Amino acid sequence: MTDDRLPPVPTTNDGAAADDGTAATDDGVTAVDGERAVAAALRRTAAPPAPPADVSRLVADAVARADALDLVDVAYAVTDSPIGPLTVATTEVGLVRVAFGTEEGVVDELAAALSPRVLFLPDRLDDVRRQLDEYFAGRRHAFDVRLDRRLSRGYRRRVLEALTAGVGYGETATYKDLAVATGNPGAVRAVGTAMATNPIPIVVPCHRILRTGGSLGNYGGGPETKAWLLRHEGVRLLF
Amino acid sequence: MVRHRGRPYGVGGGDDEHLTGRTPGALSPVVTLPPFQALLDEHAADLHRYLVAVAGPHDGADCFQETVVSALRAYPGLRRDDNLRGWLFTIAHRKVIDRARHAARHAVPVAEPPDRGHLDADATGAEDLWAAVRRLPPKQRSAVVQRHLLDRPYAEIAEALGCSEAAARQNVRAGLVRLREEVSA
Repeated sequence: MTDDRLPPVPTTNDGAAADDGTAATDDGVTAVDGERAVAAALRRTAAPPAPPADVSRLVADAVARADALDLVDVAYAVTDSPIGPLTVATTEVGLVRVAFGTEEGVVDELAAALSPRVLFLPDRLDDVRRQLDEYFAGRRHAFDVRLDRRLSRGYRRRVLEALTAGVGYGETATYKDLAVATGNPGAVRAVGTAMATNPIPIVVPCHRILRTGGSLGNYGGGPETKAWLLRHEGVRLLF
Repeated sequence: MVRHRGRPYGVGGGDDEHLTGRTPGALSPVVTLPPFQALLDEHAADLHRYLVAVAGPHDGADCFQETVVSALRAYPGLRRDDNLRGWLFTIAHRKVIDRARHAARHAVPVAEPPDRGHLDADATGAEDLWAAVRRLPPKQRSAVVQRHLLDRPYAEIAEALGCSEAAARQNVRAGLVRLREEVSA
């Protein structure tokens, strides 16, 4: 306690601030009025809040400094694309999440699953965003980014790894193909689940997996998005 | 699948470290903390206003950055999530005190020119008033600003200052008394 050198305080019944309507004792009336005036002046002349832009710059500076100190476990950004905004997130390992849209829920999930030190830090995603731009412009057929696959586990992860390695730009395969490729010919449904829970869509190309017979099947970003991506890659859809 | 292996919150209690797990890893976290970005989105503007009011625009900006860095460092070890705002302001308050101590230790015997420029040019009285606020002892300063600039309840001010609610009230009141004396002198 370094600051307990209080000035003499006029006696009031409980020491409440003047604006709380505490009745003043007789000899405290003037002082309490004076303090009420001071409090009112503080409110009236409140140091003007810095313009919002100013605070966001300060926040960005502070976050950049925290990042330099390795205190940011998950960095995220939002990037625009022809199929709508995408939320992208990276850890120190690599790209960990691509999500359709900008829902707060995505960032909340990252905090719960990885670390609460999640910050909006677009600089850390410049490379990924540039590669996505190139992909959507038709100038890039393969992504060259390190992936952090820790959001998928076990068989699902194996399926997604097989998908990344085995099904290239403009190609398609079926759920059955992937089940066979991962040594579980009967695991078609599990492959479907792996696709549905792919944390890194587009970069891990689950849109290239179709139903046996060629129908689209489901897609996290919606079937229209899946169709858009496949046509973008030059695939002729049968349905 | 969340299992309650640790106690809920209130572990330790009493002192102002009570929000922080002292032995991270010894007990699994029992709270799911929101993304730190959400805290910044919600509280950065108020935190900045507070720090500018108690420390002036220049030191306030520095304290803001230090508060964010310190908070982020400690964040994953938090064992409670019921008063994250109070926790942030506790850290901010400490940064202001640290800075004031440092300045006192390295004081040059020349008064610094008052830090002006962030108040309305025509409000000279207001400038004097806010300069007087920044000369208050740290606890009073912090309490007065939280109460009368940010409209915070006494319970929350107490949390940020690490004192009782009665002591928070007392600090606000003592601060106002001193300000009245100064501005009417």
